[in-house]
Amino acid sequence: MATLEIRDLHVSVDTENGPKEILRGVDLTIAGGQTHAIMGPNGSGKSTLAYSIAGHPKYNVTSGTVTLDGEDVLDMKVDERARAGLFLAMQYPVEVPGVSVSNFLRTAKTAIDGEAPKLRTWVKDVNKALTDLDMDPDFGTRNVNEGFSGGEKKRHEIVQLELLNPKIAILDETDSGLDIDALKIVSTGVNRFAEQGDKGVLLITHYTRILRYIKPDFVHVFVDGKVAEEGGHELADELEANGYERFLKTGAKA
Amino acid sequence: MSATETLVATGNQAHSHGPGSPVPLQARNERTTSYDVADFPVPNGREEEWRFTPVKALKALFADEAGTETPKIDAYGPDGVVVESIALDTVKVLTPQDRIAAVAWTHAGAATAVRIPVEAELTEPVHVNVASLGGRGYGHLVIEAGRHSRATVIIDHTGSGEYGANVEIVVGDGAELRVVSIQQGDHESIHIGQHDAVIGRDAKLNHVTVTLGGKIVRLSTNVRYAGPGGDANLLGVLFAESGQHHENRLFVDHEAINCKSNVLYKGVLAGDHARSVWIGDVLIRAAAEGTNTFELNRNLVLTDGARADSVPNLEIETGEIEGAGHASATGRFDDEQLFYLQARGIPEDEARRLVVSGFFNDIIGRIGVPEVSEHLHDVIEQKLARTAELSAAAAKA
Ligand SMILES: Nc1ncnc2c1ncn2[C@@H]1O[C@H](COP(=O)(O)OP(=O)(O)OP(=O)(O)O)[C@@H](O)[C@H]1O
Ligand SMILES: [Mg+2]
Repeated sequence: MATLEIRDLHVSVDTENGPKEILRGVDLTIAGGQTHAIMGPNGSGKSTLAYSIAGHPKYNVTSGTVTLDGEDVLDMKVDERARAGLFLAMQYPVEVPGVSVSNFLRTAKTAIDGEAPKLRTWVKDVNKALTDLDMDPDFGTRNVNEGFSGGEKKRHEIVQLELLNPKIAILDETDSGLDIDALKIVSTGVNRFAEQGDKGVLLITHYTRILRYIKPDFVHVFVDGKVAEEGGHELADELEANGYERFLKTGAKA
Repeated sequence: MSATETLVATGNQAHSHGPGSPVPLQARNERTTSYDVADFPVPNGREEEWRFTPVKALKALFADEAGTETPKIDAYGPDGVVVESIALDTVKVLTPQDRIAAVAWTHAGAATAVRIPVEAELTEPVHVNVASLGGRGYGHLVIEAGRHSRATVIIDHTGSGEYGANVEIVVGDGAELRVVSIQQGDHESIHIGQHDAVIGRDAKLNHVTVTLGGKIVRLSTNVRYAGPGGDANLLGVLFAESGQHHENRLFVDHEAINCKSNVLYKGVLAGDHARSVWIGDVLIRAAAEGTNTFELNRNLVLTDGARADSVPNLEIETGEIEGAGHASATGRFDDEQLFYLQARGIPEDEARRLVVSGFFNDIIGRIGVPEVSEHLHDVIEQKLARTAELSAAAAKA
């Protein structure tokens, strides 16, 4: 089973006034079969963590390690990380004009598997993945994320999750911008993925709402660029009741 | 694309010009057009119509002298199509609008005419292969589509010399003509061309320029309408590489009622001093009620050191039009798109190819000639491979 280990991760971004540190020593281990939730206030660095694991060039890792089954993830290119089994469902999926969803999905699947998928079963698989997420198969002919509603973009991320079937999935606020029906559909998709048994899920969210449908084994409260507290589901319940106030008072400089 | 985008679109009304707009279009009527070279002074590069062009490299073509060679022009088409040599002044749909066009008119010797018979419906394209042999030469081509005919004419420019040319296009009433002009000369070649088209009543012209090679390629395409109901689709694709200057100047002159024009030009630029220029002039004259026009130019800059200039210019003299608009945008290659594709396992080179072919996708779909689309696709792949090699080499250095 796959294990993603993040050790003392420090990450900064370049700003006009020089580098700014955003992650200040993150420690986290996600093993296959586990679902982790990371919860934290706006600006605490959740997306930074997700993008840094995926290898976005904007983020500079200044110290620490990220490994997947012992392999150095930080040494891999973005596409190599994906092929190694990491998947990031993005908070703001990107539009790619002129590239159809079906071409995109087939190209990605071919890259991940190292061979082209069998045409007949592949078309069926794509249609099923789309319909499972309540998306019309017509989406296959549309350009990637272009003109998609916010909710459609998020559902399209989960379509990709199911088709590419990585070892570890990082979901960055996949719940935000979804109405309650879409939230249930998306959660069902994530649960289908997780229920394969050997998959790891890192669910990043600002709200506890999605935790009614996806039950995390571990909850991490993320404040000011690191994990401030860890626990089980009861931690999420506390956040639901009291918000982040307790952590902000002790943890963050505003 | 990136924040450098500018977008200007207008509804049924006159509008202000975008940044960098030159003189008003009415002035176009005052611009010199003439068959006499002496009416055009040798440009110094400060003139409105030459200010983007590297005129120093065009000295030989400005000279009022016979060429040093006769370019090889080889035209053939399906049965019924007439190919013949005719006198230069037989058709006169085109009047030269700059010095090189006047020089070419004077020194071309004879014109090659391609005539599509009345009501002919060609199932195969007509090919006109123009090879420049390394010297300086002039060409004159006439394409006449008879009333209610349907045809595709592909002009393929290759070779290594300097070529000045005029192309006269006559689309008969009710005809539908597609003219594809491919510029793929050698890296040192120069091609300066003027295409003038007149579109008959209820006729349709699809005019496509595909510029893939040449040190300097400058094409001026002018379209006017001989009667109501005409339709002009003007498409252009270019991929300029290091040291190449690819310029397209379009002018659609709406004088007849109920005519349409749609201009779509897309360019990709990669490499040091890769340069493109697009001038899109559309004039809707007072008489041209019911006009519907839209023009769009988009450029994608892949590397530092490349530059695209884009000047849309729409002028409307009547309120009684159906619609008019223009837009122009030049963007850097979008790293976020690259990241997204790579985050799905797609290697960088392939991701780059996907984004660029996506950029060209709509226009390639509209070219409507499979052999051209396939060729274009292949050449773009080659160029992207070359760009990737160059940037990999630069990264190592
Ligand atoms: N280029 C930059 N310059 C300055 N600050 C930046 C830059 N990029 C990110 N930041 C800051 O880094 C911090 C963390 O951002 P990040 O997007 O990781 O937060 P988040 O926890 O995902 O927030 P949200 O809940 O709003 O999605 C924010 O304060 C943000 O403003
Ligand atoms: Mg975020």
